[in-house]
Amino acid sequence: MPGVDDPKTVTAALDMAGLDALIAALAERGYRVIGPMVADDAVVYDEIASSADLPAGVGDEQDGGRYRLRARGDGALFGYTVAPQGWKRLLHPPRQKMFAARRQDGGFAILPPEPAAAPMAFLGVRACELAAIGIQSRVFGDEAAGDPGYRGRLARSFVVAVECAEAGGTCFCASMGTGPQVEAGFDIRLVELAGHDRHVFLADAGSAKGAEMLSGLNAPPAPEADRAEARRRVSAAAGAMGRTMPAATARRLGEHAEHRRWADIGKRCLSCGNCTMVCPTCFCTTVEDVTDLKGEHAERWRTWDSCFSIDFSYIHGGAIRNEVRSRYRQWITHKLSAWHEQFGTSGCVGCGRCITWCPVGIDITEEVQAIHADGKGR
Amino acid sequence: MTAAMRDPMLPRPFRIEKVRRELSDTFTMELVPAEGGGFAFAAGQFNMLYVFGIGEVPISISGDPGDGGKLIHTTRAVGAVTRAMDSMRAGDVVGVRGPFGTPWPVEEAFGHDLVFVAGGVGLAPLRPAIYQAMANRQRFGKVVVLYGARTPDDILFRRELERWRGRFDMEVHVTVDRGNPKWSGNVGVVPNLIAHAGFDPLSTTAFVCGPEVMMRYTALALEKNGVGREGIFLSMERNMKCGCGLCGHCQWGPHFVCKDGPVYRYDRIADLLAIREL
Ligand SMILES: Cc1cc2nc3c(=O)[nH]c(=O)nc-3n(C[C@H](O)[C@H](O)[C@H](O)COP(=O)(O)OP(=O)(O)OC[C@H]3O[C@@H](n4cnc5c(N)ncnc54)[C@H](O)[C@@H]3O)c2cc1C
Ligand code: SF4
Ligand code: SF4
Ligand code: FES
Repeated sequence: MPGVDDPKTVTAALDMAGLDALIAALAERGYRVIGPMVADDAVVYDEIASSADLPAGVGDEQDGGRYRLRARGDGALFGYTVAPQGWKRLLHPPRQKMFAARRQDGGFAILPPEPAAAPMAFLGVRACELAAIGIQSRVFGDEAAGDPGYRGRLARSFVVAVECAEAGGTCFCASMGTGPQVEAGFDIRLVELAGHDRHVFLADAGSAKGAEMLSGLNAPPAPEADRAEARRRVSAAAGAMGRTMPAATARRLGEHAEHRRWADIGKRCLSCGNCTMVCPTCFCTTVEDVTDLKGEHAERWRTWDSCFSIDFSYIHGGAIRNEVRSRYRQWITHKLSAWHEQFGTSGCVGCGRCITWCPVGIDITEEVQAIHADGKGR
Repeated sequence: MTAAMRDPMLPRPFRIEKVRRELSDTFTMELVPAEGGGFAFAAGQFNMLYVFGIGEVPISISGDPGDGGKLIHTTRAVGAVTRAMDSMRAGDVVGVRGPFGTPWPVEEAFGHDLVFVAGGVGLAPLRPAIYQAMANRQRFGKVVVLYGARTPDDILFRRELERWRGRFDMEVHVTVDRGNPKWSGNVGVVPNLIAHAGFDPLSTTAFVCGPEVMMRYTALALEKNGVGREGIFLSMERNMKCGCGLCGHCQWGPHFVCKDGPVYRYDRIADLLAIREL
C-alpha cells in the first residue's frame, strides 16, 4: 500500500462498480457492512451485501406526523433523507446484556463477558447522524465512568458518510449547525451525483484508515468540476430547509420552566415516547434483572427507556413527573438547554425525526418558536 | 487505583457479616468484600446494591468513613428489591457498585457550628458525617443533631441518639409527628426544632437529609434563623438506575443527581427546588 501523507488529499470518483468494490473491501476486512435498504415501507439501516441492496430510486416525504416513500424517477441510492431509526440502534443497542452471573459458594460470580461482535462499517451516515454519534460518544465516552461498550463499538467501526444533496421535509440541521455538509468524524465521505447521463459517487478520505481503503480501490480521482457541482447542491439543500430553531431561546429553555406553553403541549402530547425512540441522541436506559427458573443463573439487561414514561421518575411514594406537561418539558429542556451544561453542545442535531414520527405532529421547532415569540413571557 | 479501573457497571460481591434490625421495616447490614480488601468512601456517598437476579437500588453508606474495613448500609424495606434484601441473612452475598456521588463537606465546615437535620431514614446517610465530625470534635464549635420521625417507634438509631445526647459536647433534639401515651418528648415537624437549637447562625454549616418537602421547609427555617444559603447542604433523591451518569433517570434540571449530587449546596439548587415536577 502506498504511504499517504495527508489522508484528506485522497479522493476518488466511484461508479457503481467502484461503490461495490468499496462494500466488498469493507466486508473482506471483517466489517459487517450496514447500509440503507427498504423494509416495511421505510428505509432501515441493516446488513447489506452489495449496492443492489440499497434503495435505488427511493425518496421520502416527511412532514409532521407523516412519512411516505416515493419513487424519485432516478436511480439515486441515497435519495431519501434519514431513516426512521438511525445508527443509534447499532452503537447503543435497544437491548444489551450488561452481565451474566451464576450462584456460587453461597454467593455469586460474574461470568466473563462474551467476545465482542464483529466490527461494523456504516454506509450512508448523514451529517446530522454523524453529529449525533459525536454527541453520544461524549455522553458515553468518559474514560472513568463511561460505557466501555459504546466506546469500543465506535472505535472499531468504519464510517462512510454521505452528504445530503436535498433536504428532507422536516430537516433543520442547517440551523443547528450540524449539516448538511459533513465535516469531521468520518473515514470516507461520499456525495452522490445522480443525473440522467451519469451516476457517480465522489469520495474523499477523512482518516488514514479511509485513505488507505480509497487508494486500494484504484479509482480515478474526483474531478474538481464535479466536486464544485456537489458543493453547490449541498449548499442549496442547506438553504431549502423549511424549519429553523431559535438557538438562543432553545439554549435558555430551562429558564422558562413555568411557561404556559407547557400546559398547552401537555394537552396535545400523547406521552407515547416515539420522539425519544427515534431521536439519535436520546440515551436513557433502564435495567431489567432476570433469573432462570432455578435461580442459579442471572442476567442484567439494559434497555432503552423514555422520559415520557411515568415510571421513569418513580421514587417510593410516587413519580416526580406526573403531568404530561412536565415530561415533555423534561425532554425538550434537557435536549435543547441542559445538554449544553452537561456535554458542551445542544442535544439536538436537527434531523427532524421527532417531528415526522410524532403521531400528533408536535414540532420541536414550533414549540420553541412559540416560547421565543413570547420573549421572556411567563 | 484498581478500584477506578473496574468496569463501573459490574457489581462486586460483598458478604453480609451481620444484619441488625433497626425498626420493623428498617435494617442495617455490615458487608465485607468477598474477594478481600476494604472499601474507601466519603460521608454522604452511596452504592448501588444488587440482589442476585432481583434488582439494584441506590442506598447511602451509613457507616464510619474512618473505618475502611467494613461497609455499612441501613435500608428501609419499601418495595421489591429492598424487601428481598430484608430477607437476607449473615453469610449471604449482595453485589456492590460504587461509591458514587458527592460527599458531605465535613472538612470545609471546620471552625463552624455543625447542625445535622434528619427526617426518617434520612438519618442513615448523615451518620457517616456525624461520625466524622465527632472524630474531629475539637475542630467544630457546637455539634447539633435535630431528628424527626413519624412515631416514637420509628426513631432510627435510637440507642446511638441517646448516647450522643448523653455527651457534653453534642446537642440532640428529637421530635415525632405523632406521639403515643409513653412519649413525653417533642411533637411536631423537624423544622420546628431549629429555633430551639443554640447555634451561631453566622458561622453554621447545616447538613440536611430527609424527604424533599422536609428538606425544603428545613432550608427555609434555617434561612429564617439566619443561616446563609451557602452554609446549607441537602442530599437529593431521584430514581437511579446506573449511579454514574449514563442512564439519565436521575436528571434534575442540568444535574445528574448521581454524580453532581446527591449532596448539593443549597444556594446552587434553591431555584430548581422551587419548580414543581422538574
Ligand atoms: C442517593 C440515594 C440514596 C438512598 N439512600 C437510602 C438509604 O440509605 N436507605 C434507604 O432505605 N433508602 C435509600 N434510598 C431510597 C432507596 O433507593 C429506595 O427506597 C429503593 O430504590 C426502593 O427500591 P425497591 O425496589 O425496594 O422499591 P420499589 O418501590 O419496588 O421500586 C421500584 C424501582 O423504583 C426506583 N425507586 C423506588 N424508590 C426510589 C427512591 N426512593 N429513590 C430512588 N429510586 C427509587 C428504583 O429504581 C426501584 O428499583 C436512597 C435513594 C437515593 C437516590
Ligand atoms: S430532538 Fe428531534 S430533531 Fe433533534 S436530534 Fe432528536 S429527533 Fe432529531
Ligand atoms: S411529543 Fe409526540 S412523539 Fe413525543 S411523546 Fe409526545 S406525542 Fe409522542
Ligand atoms: S443514576 Fe443513571 S444517570 Fe444518574
